[in-house]
Amino acid sequence: MSVAVATPQTAEPVFHVVDEHAHPEGASTMLGFWLYLMSDCLIFAILFATYGVLGANYAAGPAPKDLFDLKLVAVNTAMLLLSSITYGFAMLEMARARVGATQLWLGITGLFGLAFLGIELYEFAHMIHEGATPQRSAFLSSFFTLVGTHGLHVTFGIVWLVTLMVQVARTGLIEANRRRLMCLSMFWHFLDVVWIGVFTFVYLLGTLR
Amino acid sequence: MTLNSPPVDAHGHDHGHEAHLAAHHHGTLKSYLIGFGLSVVLTAIPFWLVMGDVLGNKQATGLVIMAFAAVQIVVHMIYFLHMTTAAEEGWTMMALIFTIVMVVIALAGSLWVMHHLTTNMMPAHDMIRR
Repeated sequence: MSVAVATPQTAEPVFHVVDEHAHPEGASTMLGFWLYLMSDCLIFAILFATYGVLGANYAAGPAPKDLFDLKLVAVNTAMLLLSSITYGFAMLEMARARVGATQLWLGITGLFGLAFLGIELYEFAHMIHEGATPQRSAFLSSFFTLVGTHGLHVTFGIVWLVTLMVQVARTGLIEANRRRLMCLSMFWHFLDVVWIGVFTFVYLLGTLR
Repeated sequence: MTLNSPPVDAHGHDHGHEAHLAAHHHGTLKSYLIGFGLSVVLTAIPFWLVMGDVLGNKQATGLVIMAFAAVQIVVHMIYFLHMTTAAEEGWTMMALIFTIVMVVIALAGSLWVMHHLTTNMMPAHDMIRR
């Protein structure tokens, strides 16, 4: 913060505060992270639009009805939904400054996330084994891009979750760690919101077609 | 790097920061459970409708499950992401509304334009196959 003395000869010097007023550390992090999520939302919107345009072009290959196992998708959806509520519990424990309980719920959230990823990878492997690879048709290209991008987000969410668990274990629930956990909370719940779109538009509407 | 007079925080950021952390980002156990309960119901019904072919009409089923998805997204926004019009002095909501407008334009525009492109410019061999 630099201060310029405009009129040194007068008795009362006039100060100009050139810099902005002081921001406490992290005051704008939440808004900034929200803006990132909104930009991420646009990425998913474009991938949804791509799937919407190309999703019916099977190139005489397998259609959603032949590939999707809705029971598996329902289990997957349950995993992600459960991970959302357990993350919520972690945030509640964090508000009560209970490190152990926070870590426990974060760990459970991570396990649900891993279960989700495992089921999704099993589904992908099964599809690819049956010849339904991303190269097979425009439908499969757009399907793997959209669902794969969501899966990648979940993967990085889990990496982030583990990182934060290590940080909380080392430094406790300090202000910076709370802020990071809140950002991850928004990220995690946001991925659940995107998944609502995926299971509705890709899996359920695909099976109906 | 110091001022002669103590810095005046005209925007009251110190208070606002604390209040915003407390009010914005923690739900209560009750709000999380309500959100979870609603989500389970709003997820289970569309799966039931499609897997059981309850309505017997594909178009009606499609519209109903899309409506359920829209409601569930709002539920998640309120109960899990703690969206309010007051958060960050309304900027979160502004960003969200802007994003929704962009998403609607991108989705509706792409689907509309590409649908017409497909109907009007379908190559001959494709027409024969259909």
